[in-house]
Amino acid sequence: MIWAAFLALLSHWRHRPLQLVTLIIGITLATALWSGVQAINAEARASYARAASILDQNGLPQLLPKNGDTIPMAVYAKLRRAGWSVSPVIEGDYRFGPFRVRLIGIEPLTMPIENRIFAPSDSSELVDFISKKGLLVVSPATAARLKDVAGMPLKIYEDIPDDAAFTDIGAADRLLNRKGSLSRIVMATGQRPDLPALETVAPELISQSADDRPDMARLTDSFHLNLTAFGFLAFVVGLFIVYSATGLSFQQRRATFRTLRSLGVSLQSMTAMLLVEIMLFALISGVLGVLIGYFLASALLPGVAATLRGLYGASVPGSLSFRPEWWLAGMAMALAGTALSSFQSLWRVRRMPILAAAQPRAWAGMSAITLRLQALAGAILFGISVFLAFAGSGLASGFGVLGALLLASAFLLPAFLSRSLRFAEGRSSDALAVWFWADTRLQLPGLSLALMALLLSLAVNIGVGTMVSSFRLTFLGWLDQRLVAELYVTARDEAEAARLREWLPKHSDAVLPIWSVEGNVLGDRLQIFGVADHPTYRDHWPLLNGLPDVWNRVAQGDGALVNEQLWRVKGVQPGQTISLSDGWTVTVVGIYSDYGNPKGQAIVGLDALVQHYPNLAKLRYGIRIDPALAPDLKLQILREFGLPESNVIDQASLKRQSQAVFEQTFAVTGALNVLTLAVAGFAMFASLLTLSGIRLPQLAPVWAMGVRRRDLALLEIARTLALWCATFIAAIPVGLALAWVLLAIVNVEAFGWRLPMMIFPADWLWLGAVAFVASVLSVLLPVMRLATVNPADLLRVFANER
Amino acid sequence: MTLAGATRNEMLLSLSNIVKSYQTAEGGIEILRGVDLDLAAAESVALAGESGSGKSTLLHLAGGLDRPDSGIILMNGQDVGALDDSGRARYRRREVGLVFQQFNLIPSLNVAANISFHAKLAGRFDVDWERELVDRLGLGDLLTRYPEQLSGGQQQRVAIGRTLAARPPLVLADEPTGNLDEATGDAVLDLMLSLSRSAGSALLLVTHSTRLAGKLDRKVFLRGGKIVP
Ligand SMILES: Nc1ncnc2c1ncn2[C@@H]1O[C@H](COP(=O)(O)OP(=O)(O)OP(=O)(O)O)[C@@H](O)[C@H]1O
Ligand SMILES: [Mg+2]
Repeated sequence: MIWAAFLALLSHWRHRPLQLVTLIIGITLATALWSGVQAINAEARASYARAASILDQNGLPQLLPKNGDTIPMAVYAKLRRAGWSVSPVIEGDYRFGPFRVRLIGIEPLTMPIENRIFAPSDSSELVDFISKKGLLVVSPATAARLKDVAGMPLKIYEDIPDDAAFTDIGAADRLLNRKGSLSRIVMATGQRPDLPALETVAPELISQSADDRPDMARLTDSFHLNLTAFGFLAFVVGLFIVYSATGLSFQQRRATFRTLRSLGVSLQSMTAMLLVEIMLFALISGVLGVLIGYFLASALLPGVAATLRGLYGASVPGSLSFRPEWWLAGMAMALAGTALSSFQSLWRVRRMPILAAAQPRAWAGMSAITLRLQALAGAILFGISVFLAFAGSGLASGFGVLGALLLASAFLLPAFLSRSLRFAEGRSSDALAVWFWADTRLQLPGLSLALMALLLSLAVNIGVGTMVSSFRLTFLGWLDQRLVAELYVTARDEAEAARLREWLPKHSDAVLPIWSVEGNVLGDRLQIFGVADHPTYRDHWPLLNGLPDVWNRVAQGDGALVNEQLWRVKGVQPGQTISLSDGWTVTVVGIYSDYGNPKGQAIVGLDALVQHYPNLAKLRYGIRIDPALAPDLKLQILREFGLPESNVIDQASLKRQSQAVFEQTFAVTGALNVLTLAVAGFAMFASLLTLSGIRLPQLAPVWAMGVRRRDLALLEIARTLALWCATFIAAIPVGLALAWVLLAIVNVEAFGWRLPMMIFPADWLWLGAVAFVASVLSVLLPVMRLATVNPADLLRVFANER
Repeated sequence: MTLAGATRNEMLLSLSNIVKSYQTAEGGIEILRGVDLDLAAAESVALAGESGSGKSTLLHLAGGLDRPDSGIILMNGQDVGALDDSGRARYRRREVGLVFQQFNLIPSLNVAANISFHAKLAGRFDVDWERELVDRLGLGDLLTRYPEQLSGGQQQRVAIGRTLAARPPLVLADEPTGNLDEATGDAVLDLMLSLSRSAGSALLLVTHSTRLAGKLDRKVFLRGGKIVP
């Protein structure tokens, strides 16, 4: 009996395959986008955790210098003598040919057991590690990159993050030219209780526990929040598709429900059957969704990895590992989301009296009061958004502005559309036109959720698109200013660098050393570059502001330039003095823009830098020469010095590389943009399909009064286009506001740069064209059904027995 | 009626030998088996018959909503059955007005817009006539309301107003009072009769009630797929 009843309920779907497909696609899309984004986030977070624990020995307390950035070897020796169980670390960025890696020098014998990622398996490996020749322990990907340029034996360990290399502390000291000064000291957790206090043994050090240190996970929070927001938006839109599909299927089966009830199926078992049915669909589509999500994440992850490397300097592998907990979470979301979105329909079934006449009613009714409440909520949210934009501070408040703005616009949309339609109705005198606008308004409640989704995805498209395009234009202009040298040469070692310094001036117009060190400035590790006194810089360097006489003061050595990040985030002002290392203070004389750099940076006169860091690596040079002669010079250098091709790069290809990195950085955003738009389009399709099922009674009288089916169908298309068009127009100011918030608030808080906002109406036209095509597609099927509807179906509307 | 050839041309509507069948799972069933019916201009005729006898079907054919399998429908001498889709749409717009048991008002339009809708489509909108209709139907206070805010009797009055505002030569009404109580039904029907006389429209009205049928010029029955007097 129950089984027969269940089959009777299921038979509904056999007659309405399209509805079934809509439902399945809705759940699948929601689950896929959500779990895909979650997979990316999980992968990135796992890799930060791994990197933190491995690279920084993050689980362990550490000793750092109070001032400056290095610890003399003697201090370490004092601690050991006093009985402390500690181990030294020397680390820094090192360039092997064109590849920069994080070099971490450790002492394998004293490194606390709990943090030995790779234990030399036997004494011969240990001997290799600490041998004079040195050994680099790297990940497989890094090994592949370094194998020709390292000039040292490589050993592969799976667990090590990409772009990092472990080596013996002696080798690191040699490569990084540290002359025995340490970067930090790692402490074992179980220290002897009777040790002398740190203040007495080494007052120049402070101890820091793992929690005090900012880690990648926290820095990149905003980026992941962004992804999550995209995923969530898509999820909600997907659920809305489910909501409308189940609503319709329940509506259409009311007669069946009644019959089953009157045949003695209890309310309990009928609700249970419907629940089982829904969960069955959720299960199938959940599995599909998680699978698609996995492929989506695999496809997007390389782009995400590039973004994270470019914007934050975080290293994330480009491939996805398989996590069972993520599968489970995806399935749970599918089930919970489906249950949530079909709750209302189930509830209605439970409350449906057996005998009430079946009255076809819109599946999502909305009264004027709802409309007014929504508009009120929208206005309040808008107020909150404006308030936060001008009174708030911090990244969280920036995201608050974004969220409130988007929600507000979504809530205000139905009221806006209703107003516009009423206005158009008042302006029309033709009977059919009046009916057209009035009838469009009648459809609003059923379409408003889909239209909100559409508004959000269009606005996000415009907003993010404006940001990326502004960024691109600024970035390219800035690149032109920054990359003025015609050739960039990197020597393999100091001896070769010395020969280059001899040879190059005779063959070019100017040779500009590009030398840098890492220093501790205002509590952060950052790069300090030295620049030669040359018109190249005076004429081209992208200064945001500066004191008079900037370049002379930099050349004299008492002035420094800092990048925008330091200025905005640390509040460094021109005229302020900052300390660049022990006992070296300079006056900030100017601020320059430095897009795409996650960290602070400072520029000083070359002579001053060499004076304070006599041992700095002097390997890189920019060369000025008549651009026409540059290719020949490149060949000449390659021949003369036998350098690998990758060590001599011309300006054009460097720009190309930078642009490629830039494009990849935003590829993920672009892909998510397109996906949310697609989901919104599909939601619109689902709603229109649903509406077309209950529209006949509204259209039949008009048809009876002499309007052809063909004309009615055309009007239906026009109706959809009008709604899309109005929504698109509403999306433009919302999108621009969004772009402004991203550029002026979120980016500044997250990255420390502020970009000028530029407007690209051509992009909107393009988006509008895409939206137009999508709208036509979304309405095509429902309208084709209408245009070919059997007159008998229309007549049935007038049949007396209903 | 004996001088068929002579009178037929003066008739407003003339149905001859109409056959209509529906396809069902069990095969075709013939509902109308050779219906002959004539209506003079401004004449009012009651059509009665058992439930399922095909009254609504006949009305739909006369209204150009559907096509007969065979037979000829002449309206002012023009063959309605031969019209294509657009031709029949124009026919519905200009020649006939329909009133249904379910009222079938346009839910998105208010009363005033509903009333003028058909007249405007037909290109026969006349402010004075419409004002008179509104007055006589007692709809003056309801003009800005929407159909869902009206009672059944009020809705049917609006439907009648909508049809007669267009002054169609022929009004087809399918049990217009079937959903109303007796007193309201009587009042609505009286209004409809007098108004269609004022408009100069002929009226073909389906009703089960002999009492109501008695108010019309003539009364015919549909039985066994044919018209019997
Ligand atoms: N589209 C259709 N397909 C199949 N059969 C139909 C269709 N429309 C009507 N019928 C059948 O044709 C017959 C006549 O229907 P019709 O609606 O014309 O009857 P009626 O005289 O108006 O009845 P009532 O007084 O109950 O309104 C009925 O038996 C009905 O079941
Ligand atoms: Mg009938």
